Amino acid sequence: MVDFGGWDMPLHYGSQLDEHHHVRSDAGMFDVSHMLALDIKGETARDFLRQLVANNVDKLTQPGKALYSCMLNPEGGVIDDLIIYFLTESHFRAVVNAGTADKDLAWMLARRDELAPALEIIPRRDLAMIAVQGPNARAKVWQVIAGSQAETENLKLFQATFFDKYFIARTGYTGEDGFEIMLPAVDAVEFWNALHAAGVAPAGLGARDTLRLEAGMNLYGQDMDETTNPLESGLGWTVDLKSDREFIGKQALLEKPVKQQLIGLVLVDRGVLRSHQKVVTQSEAVEGEGEITSGGFSPTLNQSIALARLPLSVSAGDEVQVVVRDKRLKAKVVKYPFVRNGKILV
Amino acid sequence: MSIPQDLKYTKSHEWVRLEEDGSATIGITQHAQELLGDMVFVETPGVGRTLKQGEECAVVESVKAASDVYAPIAGEVIAINPELESAPEKINQDAYAAWLFKLKPANVADLDNLLDYAAYRKMLESEET
Repeated sequence: MVDFGGWDMPLHYGSQLDEHHHVRSDAGMFDVSHMLALDIKGETARDFLRQLVANNVDKLTQPGKALYSCMLNPEGGVIDDLIIYFLTESHFRAVVNAGTADKDLAWMLARRDELAPALEIIPRRDLAMIAVQGPNARAKVWQVIAGSQAETENLKLFQATFFDKYFIARTGYTGEDGFEIMLPAVDAVEFWNALHAAGVAPAGLGARDTLRLEAGMNLYGQDMDETTNPLESGLGWTVDLKSDREFIGKQALLEKPVKQQLIGLVLVDRGVLRSHQKVVTQSEAVEGEGEITSGGFSPTLNQSIALARLPLSVSAGDEVQVVVRDKRLKAKVVKYPFVRNGKILV
Repeated sequence: MSIPQDLKYTKSHEWVRLEEDGSATIGITQHAQELLGDMVFVETPGVGRTLKQGEECAVVESVKAASDVYAPIAGEVIAINPELESAPEKINQDAYAAWLFKLKPANVADLDNLLDYAAYRKMLESEET
């Protein structure tokens, strides 16, 4: 067990590698109740979110549709990354990270007071969240929640619906199909046990991290934080600079030149890439040109991979060197994701 | 917890077995592999390298973290376990069988300042509480 954003979380239940493979090949589940759901209620909800986050909530036209976005500070740094669900015009739901939940809520309430005083922002600590992920994940959920198949099998990716006491979203953090399911916390243990009985393997934070790294998904606090530019963190696709909408941080992003990029590395030599290792992009260059933001062993590739923040001059196919202890190890630059839906892409 | 009684141990969770031919076989303990979790990479010292007692000489990396291995006694490296390059998980399967390297001890008396079975067990018990 480890402390994670103030929560006691299991790093693994047995073998982290087994848990990882189980999600890629069958179905695994993660207790992600540490993440906080926030209900945003009121007539001005959409207009508030237009200003609050960097992605454009006007992309959300169908009820149940979800949007991934960063919430930026005025300097353009990332306060948090979150998912926003559009439920009705007067009800949106955001899900934020555990470690940043208090900070996020304080920030959102302060902006609410300025921009939309009538809006309600309600933390939903009464909800638990269980992510069921893997090629067989949806089928196992349908087995456990009687009657849910008809209501959820036509959900597209990044779509959610209420069913009975459940809020079922076809989202995840593994690169596999599956659901993230919110339900009353009091019912969570029973639901977890029923999933387990249906053959869904419990998986811990360790497997969650290697799965998301293979899937090329950012981890807040490692791949981006309040001091980093989302455009230098592989998150340009989530920042809407095209619409004339003004959002917090937009001006700063427009003024800042983008000098770096987040790009993938596959280690050629033997070893393991880890976060904060220096990346040297030219043999004669000094150390410290780039840095690994997330690194680890990829169980699917059976070699080490990483996300690294490197100069824009580096591109896929290049070879770089990573400083690991007293050695320089060779790594190949690749476009990520590394793995999606069980398939190796690099 | 299974701790072999015929080995010597260090506070940093290495084990040493003095062989009949006078060489010393070194690995990491069951407790160490449990803490580290699934092993994915082992870096062993080169054969012929001379180690001081307590010198950093190998690295075991698990899915979680990299961990240094220290020479429990001084000596010259005479063999490394070739199996671990392709199968580091052997350490998880049996930490006392999956040795890392063998030394020709510089001074067999070095073994006397290591922990015996009882002392190592006592140390682990006190760590747990």
